[in-house]
Amino acid sequence: MRYAAPETVDEAVALLASAEGGAYPLAGGTDLVVQMSSGMRAPALVVDIKRIGDLGRIVSDASGIRIGAAVCGAEITGNAEIASKWPGFAEAMDYIGSMQIQSRATPAGNLCNASPAADCVPGMVAAGATVTVAGPGGRREIPVEEVPAGPGRTTLAPGEFVISVNLPPKPARTGDAYVRFTPRTEMDIAVVGVGVCLTLDEGGTCTAARVAVGAVAPTVLLVREAGAALVGTPVDDAAMDAAAEAVRAACRPIDDKRGSAAYRTRISGTIFKRAAGVALARARA
Amino acid sequence: MAKKLHVTTEINGAETEFLARPDQTLLSALRDELHLFGTKEGCGSGDCGACSVEVDGRVVCSCTMLAAEAEGRRITTIEGVAQGGELHPLQRHFLKEAALQCGFCTPGLIVAARNLLDRNPDPTEQEIRFWLAGNLCRCTGYDKIVRAVQAAAAELRETAPAD
Repeated sequence: MRYAAPETVDEAVALLASAEGGAYPLAGGTDLVVQMSSGMRAPALVVDIKRIGDLGRIVSDASGIRIGAAVCGAEITGNAEIASKWPGFAEAMDYIGSMQIQSRATPAGNLCNASPAADCVPGMVAAGATVTVAGPGGRREIPVEEVPAGPGRTTLAPGEFVISVNLPPKPARTGDAYVRFTPRTEMDIAVVGVGVCLTLDEGGTCTAARVAVGAVAPTVLLVREAGAALVGTPVDDAAMDAAAEAVRAACRPIDDKRGSAAYRTRISGTIFKRAAGVALARARA
Repeated sequence: MAKKLHVTTEINGAETEFLARPDQTLLSALRDELHLFGTKEGCGSGDCGACSVEVDGRVVCSCTMLAAEAEGRRITTIEGVAQGGELHPLQRHFLKEAALQCGFCTPGLIVAARNLLDRNPDPTEQEIRFWLAGNLCRCTGYDKIVRAVQAAAAELRETAPAD
């Protein structure tokens, strides 16, 4: 295996694109290094992206907040602007692992590891986040939900890697939340995780809603029908019931040691309602 | 076999150079190249915290980090916690409270707890338990560890120079 630590995005792209055999960008290593040590992956090349200056920064301006792909979870949850504007995304990130993991793990890595149960992915999808991808063909910006292709697989082309996660400007009267269900309260992997972001008008009617569900399908799902069931309503019990039904209808889970498919499907509606309740309270605050 | 990489880093205050395989973890380099055996390998997958070290002020599992990534970083291992032959208050209170039995998790717990007290000199019990959730101990049941950290924190607050 070869290790490279380039200082520019272009160098990283050139290295990743020209590698023969598996080539992986390395951010926090909490998935990749463990997969290498356990023999799950044997890359020919690992490109450490943490020496690329811009990728270690959080930049906020009128177009939103750009989180460089090398920024770790502890830095994100400790960022006052992210915590106040996008608490749902921040709490989704904060759920992942211990302090040791938070000191290394990144949202971009969580996304590109492409676990169906990745906690911060429903948080990002609900918030309407995009990622900027760099590759041999230049840079492109795509919605977060277009990155995962299946467990452990992404839609990124060879030589491409995520350079930033971009949170949009936050509209007025908007709240986001992430709630997950696990048998333990900490240090566990989601049985179901739901991210919700909704926007209200001045009269309290919902004008936009995004619902994302994790651990109930091969990828994290954006459930458009659930969002649509909330829009135009005061987010009352009837709307919540309709949206919860849409969430359950979208689930395609597997049976595993964390829960049966039937159980996951059933509680996804419950966890959705809890997340939507928190998002609603934040939108009203 | 891949060529070894030359890594220059600061470990426990001393500039340190070593050679590492490109796929070698920092944990393996600390133990096998530098013979710093205080850092333990438990799970090797970032779950147990036995290999905790501080890198540029953050506590990380050295099994989730490549040795090559240590280039230019500032690292503290358990060997750097005692100063001038004097045990750190955390180490003394771990002994006093009997916060260990087999001792395998202890270096990682002390490194992680020291990182907490550097950031927060007066943590609540909940904050201590939350911060140390990534350090597994199968002997003590954790209560004695939490008491040792609280006692060390109290001592450090008393002896800290006034602002």
